Amino acid sequence: MKAPVNKIIPFSAVDGPGNRTSVFLQGCNINCLYCHNPETRKVCIGCGDCVEACPAGALSMWEADGKKRVLYDPLKCVSCDTCIHLCTHDASPRIVYMTPEEVFEKIARQIPFIRGVTLSGGECTLYPEFLTELFSICKTRGLDTMLDSNGTLDFKEHPDLLEVTDGVMLDIKAFSQEDHKKVTGGENQKILENARYLASLGKLFEVRTVVVPGLFDPEFTIKEASAMLKPFQQVKRIQYKIIAYRPMGVRAEYAGFPVPDEALLNHLAEIARTEGMEKIVII
Amino acid sequence: MREITMERVNETRQEILDIIKSPILTHEQKVANMAGKADSLMEVLDLPEGLDQLLNVPGDVKCICDLAEGHAPVRPRYIIPDYFKFMREGSKFLQLDPPKDLYEALNSLLIFYKHVPSVTNFPVYVGALDELLEPFINDVEEAQAKKLLKLFMQHIDRTVLDSFSHANIGPKATKAGRLLLEVERELEQAVPNLTMKYEEGVTPDDFALLAVDTALHSAKPSFANHKMFRGELGENYVIASCYNGLLLGGGSYTLCRLILGNIAKRAKDIKDFKENQLPYVMDIMARYMDARIKFEVEESGFFENNFLAKEGFIHKDRFTAMYGMVGMAECVNILFEKEGRSGRYGLDQEATGLGVEIMEQINAFNQNHVNPYCQATGGHFLLHAQVGIAEDENISPGTRIPIGEEPEELIEHLLQCDKFHKYFPSGTGDIFPIDTTVHKNPEFVLDIVKGSFKKDLRYLSFYSKDSDVIRITGYLVKRSEIEKLRAGENVLQDTTHLGLGAALNGHILERKVR
Repeated sequence: MKAPVNKIIPFSAVDGPGNRTSVFLQGCNINCLYCHNPETRKVCIGCGDCVEACPAGALSMWEADGKKRVLYDPLKCVSCDTCIHLCTHDASPRIVYMTPEEVFEKIARQIPFIRGVTLSGGECTLYPEFLTELFSICKTRGLDTMLDSNGTLDFKEHPDLLEVTDGVMLDIKAFSQEDHKKVTGGENQKILENARYLASLGKLFEVRTVVVPGLFDPEFTIKEASAMLKPFQQVKRIQYKIIAYRPMGVRAEYAGFPVPDEALLNHLAEIARTEGMEKIVII
Repeated sequence: MREITMERVNETRQEILDIIKSPILTHEQKVANMAGKADSLMEVLDLPEGLDQLLNVPGDVKCICDLAEGHAPVRPRYIIPDYFKFMREGSKFLQLDPPKDLYEALNSLLIFYKHVPSVTNFPVYVGALDELLEPFINDVEEAQAKKLLKLFMQHIDRTVLDSFSHANIGPKATKAGRLLLEVERELEQAVPNLTMKYEEGVTPDDFALLAVDTALHSAKPSFANHKMFRGELGENYVIASCYNGLLLGGGSYTLCRLILGNIAKRAKDIKDFKENQLPYVMDIMARYMDARIKFEVEESGFFENNFLAKEGFIHKDRFTAMYGMVGMAECVNILFEKEGRSGRYGLDQEATGLGVEIMEQINAFNQNHVNPYCQATGGHFLLHAQVGIAEDENISPGTRIPIGEEPEELIEHLLQCDKFHKYFPSGTGDIFPIDTTVHKNPEFVLDIVKGSFKKDLRYLSFYSKDSDVIRITGYLVKRSEIEKLRAGENVLQDTTHLGLGAALNGHILERKVR
């Protein structure tokens, strides 16, 4: 069993509690307009546009199962991101298909400096069996396990995965159906259901909302999400991360939103606090 | 006492006149510098043959450095008074009874500090402040205790004018410790240097996290691997000066350093370095240190006449000496270049492997060298990874990876440190400027400390990349004070002068941010 791995960050201070190794899997099933790493959205189709452009000669074409593929040489790559900027398919050729064991080998190097592992993306829950296996290995070495997810996977249907997952950091992009469609192109019923379900199990570590002035109503989203989760705070305390939209990395056509100011972010944090959210982080 | 030439006397007189007229030195800095010049005219030590060609030569070929200790050591380099004894018994010489409350405790300590000599003329150790003050901390309301501690720490910063002065805290949580950390977070000042002795399971997380938070504001405390230090030196160790592990009630007679890069320049190849050049220089430096120690103990009269010794605040038999080294990175790189190999220290496994072999050789030499006055540490010196001085150019501190060549990932950097820290009971350390997003996740830093101390790392320092107070090499300086000095103004602390030199020559403002 293999999954497409976009990147492994050995030490991360921003993907959950303490110091963690973060693994980013490739591919996503929704389309957030403000996505700040759009190159993780799709899997490479092998068009080869990037091969010629690579200044380090790290990319080449090859064929497998009758399909054209781009071959990536990590030793030659200079991380200049030329391929990513050039890609018209929201993909990256710098993807390595890895087994859970291979990924774990990359994680194990950081023991004992890390307390856990976070799987992110793209949308990592597109590969639930892979996650289950990787997290099972992590557990045998005493690492805690976190998922960074858009909440579109029905967690109820994956008890094996939840068994080896210590917490989920769940995006609530918008609370109203209408706003959610505007932001992501999809519905949020399942996401909110997941939020409640995970919270009831004490496995909702964090909910997060990216604040994009003018795109949707953040006050309503943060108020309603906090209120919805209030009854579960006694199961295990849930953290709200309020994230300021920043244009870095965002696709050009969506990079024109204003950046929220500190006053707005503090105001939103106050709303969450009023609705029973005790731990709030603004980033 | 040997004769010197009149020419040398007159040169020194001119240097003294230059000091007197200096527009940037304060009065105290002038007095200290003039004393150094007077001492430089002395010739009383029984020096080993060959030393002169290794010590008194230009910087790019100098192989031994005595860090401005002078020609006739009038006191040990680092003195670590037993402040617990002082709190219990007071001092006859200082005409002080044991303190009975927080006011008296703070006042007594401030008086004592003015009478602790060192190579800088300021105390390099000001005590385990949390333990010293905890018995008195409930004498007053918490808010008032905090105010008193704040004034006390401010007093130290403005009168102990040298950031090699070092306070300790931990490993156990105390109210005094917590208040001191809160005060230091608010004051954001360079003096004193501060270390938290940390041991997982002994130091509670909330106390350690407060220390991380303080470090991200004021570049201190650093974290010392308590388990490692107490295993080597026993429970009665302290961290003084930069990060030096020494015995309470003792200290270090002297610290000299091998400049490994320049020793490598003398060698034809790696074999010549290991078999001839390094052993030759190590031997001369050890005998030079023996001569310095002999004078201090047998001739200077310090241990017979100074009140610290007479009243038992220090004991000759708790002293040792620090056998230092710098420039491991340049040493390895020069030797590799001589052999036509391309690997760089810190980035290439074989290059780093050569570094480990050299450390093993220095360690073995030290274990075989015996000094009769270092009984406290088994008759041997303690190895020390020296942090460098302002004049150092192309000399990286101790075994550190040169600034600008740090590995891309912090994990690789830490694994490199893991190979070297264990050799240095009298101190080594690495420094990591941290991105400010970590302010939201101080546990990130604590996890790194915990992991490091499960491995063989000894001492770690962190500061926020945007702080005014920053760690230069082993000591702290305010960036704003460096700027004042650069503009030609007087500055209060002598270490700011070192900081400016290190910024210009050592590129310390260009460290890789983590």
